[in-house]
Amino acid sequence: MEKMSRVTTALGGSTLTGRTMHCHLDAPANAISVCRDAAQVVVAGRSIFKIYAIEEEQFVEKLNLRVGRKPSLNLSCADVVWHQMDENLLATAATNGVVVTWNLGRPSRNKQDQLFTEHKRTVNKVCFHPTEAHVLLSGSQDGFMKCFDLRRKDSVSTFSGQSESVRDVQFSIRDYFTFASTFENGNVQLWDIRRPDRCERMFTAHNGPVFCCDWHPEDRGWLATGGRDKMVKVWDMTTHRAKEVHCVQTIASVARVKWRPECRHHLATCSMMVDHNIYVWDVRRPFVPAAMFEEHRDVTTGIAWRHPHDPSFLLSGSKDSTLCQHLFRDASQPVERANPEGLCYGLFGDLAFAAKESLVATESGRKPYTGDRRHPIFFKRKLDPAEPFSGLASSALSVFEMEPGSSSMSWFVDTAERYALAGRPLAELCDHNAKVARELGRNQVAQTWTMLRIIYCSPGLVPTTNLNHSVGKGSSCGLPLINSFNLKDMAPGLGSETRLDRSKGDARSDTVLLDSSTTLITNEDNEETEGSDVPADYLLGDVEGEDDELYLLDPEHAHSEEPEYVLPQEAFPLRHEIVDTPPGPEHLQDKADSPHVSGNEADAASLVPVDSSFSLISVSHALYDSRLPPDFFSALVCDMLRFYAEQGDVQMAVSVLIVLGERVRKDIDEQTQEHWYTSYIDLLQRFCLWNVSNQVVKLSTSRAISCLNQASTTLHVNCSHCKRPMSSRGWVCDRCHHCASMCAVCHHVVKGLFVWCQGCSHGGHLQHIMKWLEGSSHCPAGCGHLCEYS
Amino acid sequence: MAEGENEVRWDGLCSRDSTTRETALENIRQIIVRKTECLRLVKETPYRPADGLSNAVSLDGLNKLLAHLLMLSKRCPFKDVREKSEFILKSVQELGIRIPRPLGHGPSRFIPEKEILQVGSEDAQMHTLFADSFAALGRLDNITLVMVFHPQYLESFLKTQHYLLQMDGPLPLHYRHYIGIMAAARHQCSYLVNLHVNDFLHVGGDPKWLNGLENAPQKLQNLGELNKVLAHRPWLITKEHIEGLLKAEEHSWSLAELVHAVVLLTHYHSLASFTFGCGISPEIHCDGGHTFRPPSVSNYCICDITNGNHSVDEMQVNSAGNVSVSDSFFEVEALMEKMKQLQECRDEEEASQEEMTSRFEIEKRESMFVFSSDDEEVTPARDVSRHFEDTSYGYKDFSRHGMHVPTFRVQDYCWEDHGYSLVNRLYPDVGQLIDEKFHIAYNLTYNTMAMHKDVDTSMLRRAIWNYIHCMFGIRYDDYDYGEINQLLDRSFKVYIKTIVCTPEKVTKRMYDSFWRQFKHSEKVHVNLLLIEARMQAELLYALRAITRYMT
Repeated sequence: MEKMSRVTTALGGSTLTGRTMHCHLDAPANAISVCRDAAQVVVAGRSIFKIYAIEEEQFVEKLNLRVGRKPSLNLSCADVVWHQMDENLLATAATNGVVVTWNLGRPSRNKQDQLFTEHKRTVNKVCFHPTEAHVLLSGSQDGFMKCFDLRRKDSVSTFSGQSESVRDVQFSIRDYFTFASTFENGNVQLWDIRRPDRCERMFTAHNGPVFCCDWHPEDRGWLATGGRDKMVKVWDMTTHRAKEVHCVQTIASVARVKWRPECRHHLATCSMMVDHNIYVWDVRRPFVPAAMFEEHRDVTTGIAWRHPHDPSFLLSGSKDSTLCQHLFRDASQPVERANPEGLCYGLFGDLAFAAKESLVATESGRKPYTGDRRHPIFFKRKLDPAEPFSGLASSALSVFEMEPGSSSMSWFVDTAERYALAGRPLAELCDHNAKVARELGRNQVAQTWTMLRIIYCSPGLVPTTNLNHSVGKGSSCGLPLINSFNLKDMAPGLGSETRLDRSKGDARSDTVLLDSSTTLITNEDNEETEGSDVPADYLLGDVEGEDDELYLLDPEHAHSEEPEYVLPQEAFPLRHEIVDTPPGPEHLQDKADSPHVSGNEADAASLVPVDSSFSLISVSHALYDSRLPPDFFSALVCDMLRFYAEQGDVQMAVSVLIVLGERVRKDIDEQTQEHWYTSYIDLLQRFCLWNVSNQVVKLSTSRAISCLNQASTTLHVNCSHCKRPMSSRGWVCDRCHHCASMCAVCHHVVKGLFVWCQGCSHGGHLQHIMKWLEGSSHCPAGCGHLCEYS
Repeated sequence: MAEGENEVRWDGLCSRDSTTRETALENIRQIIVRKTECLRLVKETPYRPADGLSNAVSLDGLNKLLAHLLMLSKRCPFKDVREKSEFILKSVQELGIRIPRPLGHGPSRFIPEKEILQVGSEDAQMHTLFADSFAALGRLDNITLVMVFHPQYLESFLKTQHYLLQMDGPLPLHYRHYIGIMAAARHQCSYLVNLHVNDFLHVGGDPKWLNGLENAPQKLQNLGELNKVLAHRPWLITKEHIEGLLKAEEHSWSLAELVHAVVLLTHYHSLASFTFGCGISPEIHCDGGHTFRPPSVSNYCICDITNGNHSVDEMQVNSAGNVSVSDSFFEVEALMEKMKQLQECRDEEEASQEEMTSRFEIEKRESMFVFSSDDEEVTPARDVSRHFEDTSYGYKDFSRHGMHVPTFRVQDYCWEDHGYSLVNRLYPDVGQLIDEKFHIAYNLTYNTMAMHKDVDTSMLRRAIWNYIHCMFGIRYDDYDYGEINQLLDRSFKVYIKTIVCTPEKVTKRMYDSFWRQFKHSEKVHVNLLLIEARMQAELLYALRAITRYMT
């Protein structure tokens, strides 16, 4: 309402009304210009020159200025301008270099007034003085600008740009004597109308032609220029050197630029090629247009604001032969369609996240960052509150830094190196690997190994050498077994009860519960929960998406917290947990209301507890039916493998696959296996663990993988005499018929392993050289080099 | 087996490091010596029929090497390489092997060799240009040697060509050379075809494609039509042509690829014009550029015959030239006078609009009849003709045969505003490069005319430029086409018309008969104007069609 009244005053009592509308012209338009009364618009083009009245609902053709039988090139307009003081006065620039003025007050049908044929080339632009009635300025392809006094027959003064074609000339609105001109070579010049000898100032504004410029209607010093380099630049001319204050990057070369009335920072642009839309930009926000008009089907050639004090009506003419009136409120606003959130990972695992401030504020209210180990850094950009879109545009950027070393993969390397994959009985392998995992603080993995051992090494077969987990294999040990069964039976009542009581960590509540029955269980349980509970906790702190990393950190984290709990070495693996975790639906429910699930918003983390519960079940089965064939579990084991692989721990998946061998292989399809293998091998090679990777390749049963070892095993040798490659045999050169590789010790041809010193390049049979160097440190060839053998 | 190892690596020679060049040359020397030895052994042993073929093959291989060496000894910008390759040739000759010698008279048949810059005597700026060109292509072609009359332009030209052929772009490398072959073959320009056949094979192109366009992928075959129209009657290009290329299911071109292809086509069409217009001789190492025969046998090559350039001809022209020295002197004076007049009295007699329009039409119409009378069909050399089909399709004036094609108005679609933006959008950076090239060509001047200094030649250059565009039906609203008639005499018009429309018909006589007092460098300058104007005209039509398709 307030806005409305302002408009009314500005327009001197009459309010502009209208709607978004368009009308068809007979020919493509090159330029348009609006009359002072804002009720008429003139459209000019190669074969059109008409005046339309802008009515409420439509454009009405009022006058056709293109009269005469023969079309003359004088009427082929490149530009048109309507005098802002005199409603009857128009000027056009013709493509053949003629400047024509038109007087609408003439009684005859032909309104042509004066003809100036001084330019030698196309005139690109004409411009009336904003306040002086008789002064007209023109800029032409021939590099000259001419100032005409309409009371005289020819030009008053000629300005030579001393450079290429003039693309635009504009009188300053505020400074009576000043005008700006833009050039094809990227320059902008400032002239004083009284001094035609040289320009006041010149600077290079764009790379390539500057197609247009426009003085700010209110700000004395601001000049906007648009160029072929797809930029709109706003220059502050008040300073000693023209200073670029704003720069808007568009998607196509800028053909016209017009400041929006009454909006200090807004300007409208249209492009010369390719892009047909008209954009209104806020120069302070140069990346997203404030508004966009998409009516035209071909390039827009002319734009004009209907009234110098009304920001809501824009007129435009186009090559598609239409004349349009656009209403600002009907414009499409790209901002609304833009995605206001951004997320990006840095090179070193840093994470930046930007979102609307309001959004971040509410979230941080819900989940305080205080508990977070990694403190986010906040950058905030507050915009001028006076801006219409300040609410939309202010956003917060948070950056989460990686804790140094937290991304270390040393556990991976250690594990890879220390795992035993073959060459021993299964049970031993499992135990060994479990031990390795535990020593590295990866308890969950350790448990998995232990369980695998339980599953696949049936009680009778358990080797007696196992010292580590006395009870783990001890399904032979009767007491705990019975115990567990008992507890299991009473669990449904108790378990659910406690779960209701305690909102936090049912695993822990179980601990409490079980405390009463047996301490062993408690301890074991604690250990188990630590793996899952802790990460879940800290997950609450930063939901902002560090999921991946989270998983990797998980074991270490658990490790660091370990000392707080007393962990008995003779961990009773999981046995007692089953006791309180009833199988079946109960288990699902357990998942549903555990605190982990609240952390479920970050997907990956929720998997951790899933796994723990999974392990519970599997063990429960093991206990239940210890006489079941191991095949019975293979589906579960496969699930487990997939789970690990999905977690990114392809190492575990592959190691288990290799250790279990035939037992599970058939249940996982060939392709998945191959995929795991290749990923793991790739990882190993990135860590330069060539030996391990080779071992894995060797142990794999997949044909595609094991053939990796067979590829590129050829060693090309050049003859030591003629330096050319030896093609057929490795020891005799075909060309020079020399035996290339002679043993320096026995002087026979070496056909097998040839070892040579990299210092003196003498060598021979591996055994011979080894033997020689045991006795002497000099080269056997007698060259005097002190060879080293390692 | 032996082939793989005896493969000669020329690329080491392109290095700017002299030691690298040294080792590369030494390698080549060894290979050649080995081959020579091998040949000699075979020769000495009694003739065995089984060996005949392989012997011929290896002799052929050796000859190719020697020809390449000969080229290096003449054309390599690096002195050390020139000397060493000459030395190798000499030593081979001493072994009793016949070595080649260059045919013809330097890089151009029209321009006496002594007028052209000798490799080795260039100044620092030119040397950098040469070295760049050599590094990029492994050769210094005759075109470069002729263009070096205008180093400023040459730099831009080489940069553009390098970018088009070797730098980032939507088309694969072998496609680019193949398109070059297609374009050059339209004008039966065996020089360019030979060059690019080599390059095409070098970047791994399929030799089968070279048997004719029908052996190339469908996608390239589709381009044939555009190539044809663009080369001879670009005003007939419509958006349907573009649509046909872009919407051909699995054989479609993407817009970016198409723009790349169009730029390549126009580049090679106009380069073919230059090749003929300046009478560029075959490269020394290509067929027809050298001979193993002793000098006495023949004095001209095949190309000379097909173009009617017997040495006898040359003699006649020369004698004619001598007679009319005074005549031609007045020619220049008269031209100067006319330019002056036009400059002064421009404002006095203002032609009416109708007059201006009719002048354009007259010029357009006249340009049709400018053709030289000899319209006999020259059958193109066989190896070139297989690269293009529909040989009968040639230049035809747009208003002949009653087909009305609307005049193209530059003010509605010009390179600076529209073409540039489109090219730069679809094929970044190339718009900028071509724009620079146009600019340099259009604005190039030394303010000299024949023996006169400090002459403003802009009017003359504009007349030439606009005359060429006029032949393509492109009109400048702000140009008085009467000027053309005053400034360009008939023999010059014949030359321009022939070069731009049917370059394969250019003869030395035509080259000699226009602007007789002008220097060769000025005639090359004219050629640069011609080829750039032609390229721009073709580009404008093609790009306008693309723009129309896009909207």
